[in-house]
Amino acid sequence: MSDDLYQRLGVSRTASQDEIKKAYRKLAKELHPDLNPGKPDIEERFKGITAAYDILSDPERRGRYDRGEIDASGQERPEQRFYREYAEDPSAGRFYTQEGFADEESLHAFFSDLFGARAGREGRGGREGMRMRMRGADVSYTLPITFLEAAKGAKKRVMVGGEQSIDLTIPAGVRDRQTLRLKGQGMPGFEGGPPGDAYVEVHIQPHAFFERKDNDIHLELPVSLAEAVLGSRIQVPTIDGPVSMTVPKGSNTGATLRLRGKGIVDPGSGRRGDQYVHLKVVLPKKPDAELEKLVEQWAKTHAYDPRADMERR
Amino acid sequence: MKTLSEVVVLIGRIDRVELHRWIELGWVAPARPAGRAEAEPAFSDFDIARVRLICDLRHDLAVEEETMPLVLSLLDQLYALRRQMKTLIGALRQQPDEVRRAIMDVLEASRRQGGALD
Repeated sequence: MSDDLYQRLGVSRTASQDEIKKAYRKLAKELHPDLNPGKPDIEERFKGITAAYDILSDPERRGRYDRGEIDASGQERPEQRFYREYAEDPSAGRFYTQEGFADEESLHAFFSDLFGARAGREGRGGREGMRMRMRGADVSYTLPITFLEAAKGAKKRVMVGGEQSIDLTIPAGVRDRQTLRLKGQGMPGFEGGPPGDAYVEVHIQPHAFFERKDNDIHLELPVSLAEAVLGSRIQVPTIDGPVSMTVPKGSNTGATLRLRGKGIVDPGSGRRGDQYVHLKVVLPKKPDAELEKLVEQWAKTHAYDPRADMERR
Repeated sequence: MKTLSEVVVLIGRIDRVELHRWIELGWVAPARPAGRAEAEPAFSDFDIARVRLICDLRHDLAVEEETMPLVLSLLDQLYALRRQMKTLIGALRQQPDEVRRAIMDVLEASRRQGGALD
């Protein structure tokens, strides 16, 4: 290190205070020990330029140095431990940390991942000391279920991966594409670690005549001409089995009747939706001469135009 | 442990107001006696070294106030990595000769290939 303070900062003896400041700033950015923790010998150089700057930045002391009243060596700052000495000592216990691994525990976790995962899956690196307790992997499946299983809930045993079977409870009211999490039903853990979880996405198959809208069930119900015209008491399928329902006299196609509380349980509130029955009047499958004669007779005096609404528009 | 006033005197190029602000900004976090948020903060040697570093950065190296969090964050990450590196080296040092030699061989091979482990 040069004994000449001006040389240390790389400025001339006639440099202005501003030039000295700029020169120091530039060198300090390069040489500050805390910005260069990997370079142990940089500290001496930094102290050298700092000592030079301490004197030259003060016009009064700079004058005394120029006149030879003080020398370059005796005026360094008191012995100081730099930040880097504290900050990189793993035993210090308390740190300033914003990012990265928070402490040594998670460093352990990081390497467990690296070594443990491989040790378990490929059977390599399984030497003493390399064994890591590891949670088993999660697995995911899709599971087709029937409309009624989804509506009413069900217990199922499902074979996975050819040999393993898992038991699962399908909650009543589960929705299509909903994912169920089965804790501990995934892959087994390594070295005593806990097993992973299984994630099952349910796919609800459509039903022949029930249709779900939110928690209500809609059903199109065929009724005969007599049942519609004269009214009747008939059996209607629901997800709980058939129930009786009264069709009022003169019910038309499209008339909708509601069976309260015969829909699907809402998993959140526990309340059940309703079943809506949409009537559809159906004529006999084969033409019937008697019916024809009857209607012909009737129509002579009871003409009506069911398309009147269409023409008006 | 030193009080805020003692640190101001010790460092000599910072005043109380500025040091208070740095604590507020979270640049330095001296301990406070448990349960007493209003209590006078106590600076460890570690904290004081950090205050010195912030002084150097802010005053000598002219780092702007709004740039400081970025600089400190990068430094904290750097030192966290170096600490972990030291812990890791400590762990490796306790391994049998055979293991350490095997690791050195890998590092040497990597260095010869100009690899990232150099």
